[in-house]
Amino acid sequence: MTSPGQNLRPDLAAIAAHVRPGSRVLDIGCGDGALMAELESVSGVDARGMELNGELVERCVSRGLSVVQGDANSDLANYPDKAFDYAILSQTLQTATRPDLILDELLRVGSKAFVSFPNFAHWRTRAALMFGGRMPVTRALPVSWYETTNIHHVTVDDFRELAKAKGAKIEREWFFSGEKQIGAPASNWRAEFAVFQLSR
Amino acid sequence: MNAAAASKIYAIPHDLPLDSGQALSSAQIAYETYGELAPDKSNAILICHALTGDQFVASDHPITGKPGWWERMVGPGKHIDTDRYYVICANVIGSCMGSTGPASEADGGAAYAMRFPVITIRDMVRGLVALLDGLEIAELHAVVGGSMGGMQALSLAANWPERAARVLVIASTARHSAQNIAFHEVGRQAIMADPAWSDGDYYSGDASPDNGLAVARMAAHITYLSEEGLTEKFGRRLQDRDSKSFGFDADFQVESYLRYQGSGFTQRFDANSYLYITRAMDYFDLAEEHGGKLANAFEGTSARFCLVSFDTDWLYPTSESRHIVHALNAAGAKVSFVELSAPNGHDSFLLPHEQLDRVVQGFIG
Repeated sequence: MTSPGQNLRPDLAAIAAHVRPGSRVLDIGCGDGALMAELESVSGVDARGMELNGELVERCVSRGLSVVQGDANSDLANYPDKAFDYAILSQTLQTATRPDLILDELLRVGSKAFVSFPNFAHWRTRAALMFGGRMPVTRALPVSWYETTNIHHVTVDDFRELAKAKGAKIEREWFFSGEKQIGAPASNWRAEFAVFQLSR
Repeated sequence: MNAAAASKIYAIPHDLPLDSGQALSSAQIAYETYGELAPDKSNAILICHALTGDQFVASDHPITGKPGWWERMVGPGKHIDTDRYYVICANVIGSCMGSTGPASEADGGAAYAMRFPVITIRDMVRGLVALLDGLEIAELHAVVGGSMGGMQALSLAANWPERAARVLVIASTARHSAQNIAFHEVGRQAIMADPAWSDGDYYSGDASPDNGLAVARMAAHITYLSEEGLTEKFGRRLQDRDSKSFGFDADFQVESYLRYQGSGFTQRFDANSYLYITRAMDYFDLAEEHGGKLANAFEGTSARFCLVSFDTDWLYPTSESRHIVHALNAAGAKVSFVELSAPNGHDSFLLPHEQLDRVVQGFIG
């Protein structure tokens, strides 16, 4: 038996397992379309994607997915309000010019939003900065500061704060250390990655 | 010029209404087909040709003897696979390869010439829809077009949304810009300034406005290429000589190339058709037809769309495709869009490009 998302990255699998079958989904920063393909084939979801990298877009279109080459910072404006049941932003928030405005847009175009990101307050990151005195290069953040596209690092607690300030309700949350899901306690220390389900 | 014998002909059994308010009587469409139509008629793909294109998408051109203009894409086992799909390509009205145009005989036996009504992209599509009616094809698996062919695909999707399940638009636009119109006007003026044009009534005489038409083609051809492509292909290299002639021969290779393109073109194309088709493209503004808002053109569509642009295409740049994508997003349509990297400007859609192949094949399914 196939359950949604068993071959996906853990944060995507958590999202896939909670998208209602037959719903409309916009996957922003959809990469090679792994989540979209899974949602379409297993859950009968009407999935659309947006991706900045042209080569990844080409791979998505080649596999029959509806993906537009676009920039989440500017191209979400054209979608009507509540055009989707879910707007998904996986591992992309920290690359946005203005993460706060992107969050607004997610909650405008989608009835619900999923947001996943690497947690900058994970103990490995803290240790690297504390003891190394240099910008952390860890398994969750493997790219040097001068090459990384992550321009707005964020922690679990920062994100909770932002959601609150935006009047967004956190409906569900998941935390991961490596491939393994962990509990919410002390997640700001222990989680390498976080996923939130939000609504407004 | 008349290649009617080479193609199948569909005589439109009714007057074809035109955007100008006039109608075209006894019009005919010359077309080619490739592959077999499935018994349930579900596997038809309509390919729409560009300004100076024709119905010979995947078979030899009867005048030039050259292979079909998209033979690398269309054929048995190719990316648009004629073993699986029934591919239709028709000459647009206003053109000169067998469909009714200014060179066709009007009532009384003489050619229409400038008495041919001014047509639009939507009128061309009316002719194509009439052909689909004649072939009893209710819904296309896909409509596909590059450049002006893309305009027809968009027009079909907007005005006859039930006629195509998939719409593939390559290197195209939803409206002609001032720059697009300006280049076309240069071409038209070159034709009309040729004394042999004779106000369009040159069909019965000995001379035709080949010089004007060649200049029009030369100017247009520049817009199909990128500066980078021209530089790489020709640079400042001289043509068959070691030094400049201090005259006005084609000293430079690029001049020689353009002259060759221009004169070759006059062998296969009618100058009046060039006037009429460029006019139709200049008049094209899909938003204007739909209350000034492009999203309105696609409201309620259930077709899937795919748009492709090329990064060096300055004739119909990526921003034009993006504009269409935004409208489709606003209309809630299923749309894919990718900008591909290619060195050869607008012409890239006709040239080998593996990523384009994969996108076309993936989208067509």
